[in-house]
Amino acid sequence: MTQPLLKVENAETYYGNIRALSGVDIEVQKGEIVCLIGANGAGKSTLMMTICGAQPARTGRIIFEGTDITRMPTHEIARLRIAQSPEGRRIFQRMTVTENLQMGASLDKLAYYKEDVEKMFTLFPRLKERQHQRAGTLSGGEQQMLSIARALMARPKLLLLDEPSLGLAPLIIKQIFEAIRVLNKETALTVFLVEQNAFAALKLSDRGYVMVNGRVTMSGPSKELLANPEVRAAYLEGGHH
Amino acid sequence: MTVQSTNPASKQESLVARGLREAFFAGLISLGMFSLYVGLKTDQNMLNELVLVPRWGMLAIFVVLAMIGRFLMIVAVQPWLAARKSARASAAHGQAEVPGFVARNLTVLAVIALVLFPPLVVGLFGMQGSLKWIDNFGIQILIYVMLAWGLNIVVGLAGLLDLGYVAFYAVGAYSYALLSSYFGLSFWLLLPISGILAAFWGMVLGFPVLRLRGDYLAVVTLAFGEIIRLVLINWVEVTKGTFGISGIAKASIFGIWSFDVSAPNNFAKAFDLPMSSAYYKIFLFYVILALCALTAYVSVRLRSMPIGRAWEALREDEIACRSLGINTVTTKLTAFATGAMFGGFAGAFFGARQGFVSPESFVFLESAVILAIVVLGGMGSLVGIAIAAVVMVGGTELLRELTFLKAVFGPDFTPELYRMLIFGLAMVIVMVLKPRGFVGSRQPTAFLHERKAVSGSFTKEGHG
Repeated sequence: MTQPLLKVENAETYYGNIRALSGVDIEVQKGEIVCLIGANGAGKSTLMMTICGAQPARTGRIIFEGTDITRMPTHEIARLRIAQSPEGRRIFQRMTVTENLQMGASLDKLAYYKEDVEKMFTLFPRLKERQHQRAGTLSGGEQQMLSIARALMARPKLLLLDEPSLGLAPLIIKQIFEAIRVLNKETALTVFLVEQNAFAALKLSDRGYVMVNGRVTMSGPSKELLANPEVRAAYLEGGHH
Repeated sequence: MTVQSTNPASKQESLVARGLREAFFAGLISLGMFSLYVGLKTDQNMLNELVLVPRWGMLAIFVVLAMIGRFLMIVAVQPWLAARKSARASAAHGQAEVPGFVARNLTVLAVIALVLFPPLVVGLFGMQGSLKWIDNFGIQILIYVMLAWGLNIVVGLAGLLDLGYVAFYAVGAYSYALLSSYFGLSFWLLLPISGILAAFWGMVLGFPVLRLRGDYLAVVTLAFGEIIRLVLINWVEVTKGTFGISGIAKASIFGIWSFDVSAPNNFAKAFDLPMSSAYYKIFLFYVILALCALTAYVSVRLRSMPIGRAWEALREDEIACRSLGINTVTTKLTAFATGAMFGGFAGAFFGARQGFVSPESFVFLESAVILAIVVLGGMGSLVGIAIAAVVMVGGTELLRELTFLKAVFGPDFTPELYRMLIFGLAMVIVMVLKPRGFVGSRQPTAFLHERKAVSGSFTKEGHG
């Protein structure tokens, strides 16, 4: 196997004395879509924050393209082209859709801004219709699209998505996940996805990890996880479809 | 409003009748309320006894004012508000209204009007008569416009609530006062130095408050403002404490002409003009006008530059900023430093204008007034802030002019004393009617094809 794009080695993250992650090992290869599923409070978002440097791991290492990023500040990690659509979308509410996209392109000093905006509008035509609108006036689904598009404006090597389906209608979730699939197919974008919606996430991804109480309890190709009776019982049946 | 009949004539009539009726009740209520408060006054007579002095005339004035106010409210203000509301509703359906000539060329017209202001006033009131208008109104208002525009960078753009802005004003003023009296340096050299020193102190304030936001930030900046003032009071050897520094050198016209009466290159002497202090004020008016223009230009330019956009993004969401690779530390520090720098410029100018600085001029109230101007004007809007400064500062000066009120309320009535009461009331009214300030819309800076204003009506009130 080649060197993974992102490698989380034995990461342990604490909030004060409370351990939120215990010995987490995760690998993301170039061009893959990898998902992490788990219940509320399993530590999924903590892992996201640990990767981004917002809540650095106390022990263990995070390696991106061979660089140790465990204790780098968030903005420097972002400059290595790890883009993130954070939990709760965190778009700039009072700025317009285009201004939000412009902020996403600030790493390259807007060098590819015009070209990339058009790409985003092709990917999410709804954003084109709404380009002059204040982002805060968009619907939840449109805000999620904007959040992803803003992250993509940085031309990332790795896209981190934290619960993109949160609070959205099934049809919108389908649209957004379809867009991610297209991006992955056409531009070989690497995606690491954290989701509670296990069914949709496993359908989309190549490989998956299951997290329970801050530990990775299961991992494997998404097809196998989908078929796994334990996973089905815990995350799929009686839940999302 | 109550049910309205369809016939406009009868509606008008019923409005007046209703107005009269409500005015009558308002009169009754105010009579009941004020007869003891206003109608009777306790006083001491020659024998040191407490006696009641009736003031029926005053009581009548209060009651009549209440009645007139109520009548106008019913007959004029409420229908006007209703008409405006329906007009706005219908405008929302049709296409957006095209801004008029004045609205489109507001900046150019305002600059022309301001440049022509001193000659116009001199022409109208004569040299000596123009002093009041140029100094008390013109310069005073422009100083606050500049301060508020400077604070707007910190509060309006970067969203960092700063309650100690007057500290930088003080740093600028004392930098000029001290360096000019101890080292005899000129205004034009010290103006940039004062700005740089203030910017430096902006950074000094910025470091400890990097992790703070909102209320916590406000408290720390408030304390910072007080610390600077207390240092100025207590560092007597350098600052002369509460006595302040007097006899600060005047600014000159780039060292070519001076405004010192004794100087050989005195402006009036050089041009064989009659001696007058008005030249200096007119000169200062243009200096502060230029400084304001610089502040506005820099604010507008910065907004469309990466750092300005980063400030605005920072105001919206700090975490998202970091995840986009923006260094929030330097972004915040530059906001503090830039805002402080303009405060420093304004301070140096203040020193040159007054010729005297003391810690008295830099109390918390000043910070509060500047912040109030920014909030009233609509955070982020230069035009709105300028209007608010005219209203707040010009209003104060106008109060001094209302001498006719002495005829109504007695000779010991001083209208300026009611300034805070009136402004408190005015601010409450403005915030009820226009919660986002005079100009609540924000002009976007990123465009693909065309410009479109973004209405502020979707803005969450009280945010940012």
